[in-house]
Amino acid sequence: MTQLLSPQVQPPLGRSSRPRDAAFAGISRGSGIIVLFTMGAIGAFLLWKALPALRANTVPFLTSTQWFPDDPQPKFGIAALAFGTLLSSVIAMVIAVPVGLGVALYTSHYAPRRFAPTLGYVVDLLAAVPSIIFGLWGLQILMPNSIGLWRWFDQHLGFIPLFNNSQNIYTRSIALAAVVLAIMILPTVSAISREVFNQVPPGHIEAALALGATRWETMRTAVFPFARPGMVSAAMLGLGRALGETIAVALILSATFSINWHVTEPGGNTFAANIALKWNEAGNIGLGALIASGLVLYIITFAVNMAARVVVERRRDFSGAN
Amino acid sequence: MNASTARRGFAAAAIVLSLTFALSACGGNSNNNASSNNAKIDCSTGSIKASGSTAQKNAIADWINNYQSACTGATVDYQAVGSSAGIADFVNKQTAFAGSDSALKPEDQPKADARCATGKALDIPMVGGAITLAYNVNGVDSLTLTPAVIAGIFNNSITKWNDSKIADLNKSVTLPDATIAQFHRSDGSGTTDNFTKYLAAAAPSVWKLGNDKAWKATGGQGAKGNDGIASALKSTDNSIGYVELSFAQDAALKVASVDNGAGAVEPNAQTAAATIAKATRVDASSNIKLKVDYTIKSADAYPIVLVTYEITCQKGLGSSDLALTKSFLTYTASDAAQANLADNGYVPISGDLLTAVRASVASIS
Repeated sequence: MTQLLSPQVQPPLGRSSRPRDAAFAGISRGSGIIVLFTMGAIGAFLLWKALPALRANTVPFLTSTQWFPDDPQPKFGIAALAFGTLLSSVIAMVIAVPVGLGVALYTSHYAPRRFAPTLGYVVDLLAAVPSIIFGLWGLQILMPNSIGLWRWFDQHLGFIPLFNNSQNIYTRSIALAAVVLAIMILPTVSAISREVFNQVPPGHIEAALALGATRWETMRTAVFPFARPGMVSAAMLGLGRALGETIAVALILSATFSINWHVTEPGGNTFAANIALKWNEAGNIGLGALIASGLVLYIITFAVNMAARVVVERRRDFSGAN
Repeated sequence: MNASTARRGFAAAAIVLSLTFALSACGGNSNNNASSNNAKIDCSTGSIKASGSTAQKNAIADWINNYQSACTGATVDYQAVGSSAGIADFVNKQTAFAGSDSALKPEDQPKADARCATGKALDIPMVGGAITLAYNVNGVDSLTLTPAVIAGIFNNSITKWNDSKIADLNKSVTLPDATIAQFHRSDGSGTTDNFTKYLAAAAPSVWKLGNDKAWKATGGQGAKGNDGIASALKSTDNSIGYVELSFAQDAALKVASVDNGAGAVEPNAQTAAATIAKATRVDASSNIKLKVDYTIKSADAYPIVLVTYEITCQKGLGSSDLALTKSFLTYTASDAAQANLADNGYVPISGDLLTAVRASVASIS
């Protein structure tokens, strides 16, 4: 097998004389173009559907926090939606990325060999649970049982505005939604980083150990530098899922249109949840307004992924992977 | 139990079951009211699609069941996609009729008329409902509220259960010194639209936010759907929320009586039907758009009601859908079908209004 893959046997790069190679190159190029075309078409479709509503809007679309698109004087803006989406996703990342990386590191380098595949399999299984199940679990089980925790945060860390709760109601909050999101993106983060950790050349690890590094020093000097682009990718894929998660968030959040830093108070809303909640009963302008908000989510997700690419590209030179 | 006894047991159970069905079928034909009425359905065949209001989903599902079991060869498919989406489907000729929790708006009527090749689109009131104020307060088993107090609770100007405004109405009840956990809908909904219509009409000095499918007041907590509100009330102490009657009944929630000025009235199918029967029509045509009198003062009329409509073409529906649509709507406007509504937590159409509804259905051709 190794012989077949060695450079000597591979066909030369560049222009190929064999028709099969040409066909394969054509299919690959076609697939790439289709992806780009689809992305462009989605953007164009959203913009085309959103324009009439955006023209009818009577308040600034990007900075307003109201959402009354079907009023005689349509008023809608995405400020509160963008705030809620980013805040809940960032909190979810803060919880899920360290835990996910920890799980990945444990299964790839620390766990006993007999035990590791089972653990990895169980974590991966989380990804197969439909999001409505997470939503119902969050609503029926986590919400009533986490009230004490949020109250503790309020009473002991209330001097930090984030944890302050002036309403003394600790349900249907951004914080609760973020915990559910964190559990939902955990398998994405841990599965991808585990694969990356497993790719670290044994030579690097053996070299580090041979130089007298402890286990943790080996991780820091050999595993992390090699895996860093993959870890960033894993986190970004998780973030993408958190930004776009719909039904679990729609079930949990109280869906208010306000910018409120008190994350344990009821309220908050996200792009995807708002679309799910408002779509069925939206009028003509209402539908256009929801599509316009979808366009903004599309752009935010796009920007996040581009930023991740830039990070990965910049780190590549120092990763030791080459 | 080994496999063969299990199989034998199953076979015995199957025989018993099929006998029971056979017997009940015989009994149904002679004694059971619903079945004998179903036998009177003027059946049609074919298949039609319809879509719209989620509020009337269970009523329509029940009717479709009855209709299809009486009429072999007929299929009616109703998708509960929401009123706006239902009207859009109808306008785009995807469906034979739309279910909607409000009559066609002036700006939508011409579009719906254009869909009907040679005629106009009709609004036909078919399913009534009552919106209850369901609550969950330990030790409080009866509660009376006035429009102004309801508006105060839902615009967050009354925040305590023992507020004097509530206590004065409920002198025989000990109300707790607790914050009111107020629940409203987080999704766009006809229930919210009708509830806020009531508040705007009956308590204009307190409720200044008008009516909308989206919740406009601040404070309180949002939950998704009637079922979401009902389960939130069930699991939260000192809570109150507005929810349709059938959901309050299914969740065994306590519901408040409403005093519009002529004494406290309990919400049920009869008291809500009385309000709907007295609703005035915008004009006398067969296109029946209703105006509910939310300020109705009567000791046996519960004022917070909603009426859902079926929207179809008076003329020009298209020959393939016409016969079955008319036959199905004729059945849904029948006494038997309307009597079914109360069993499902809905409110029947009655009196002169029902006569007008039947005339409207009869005018479809």
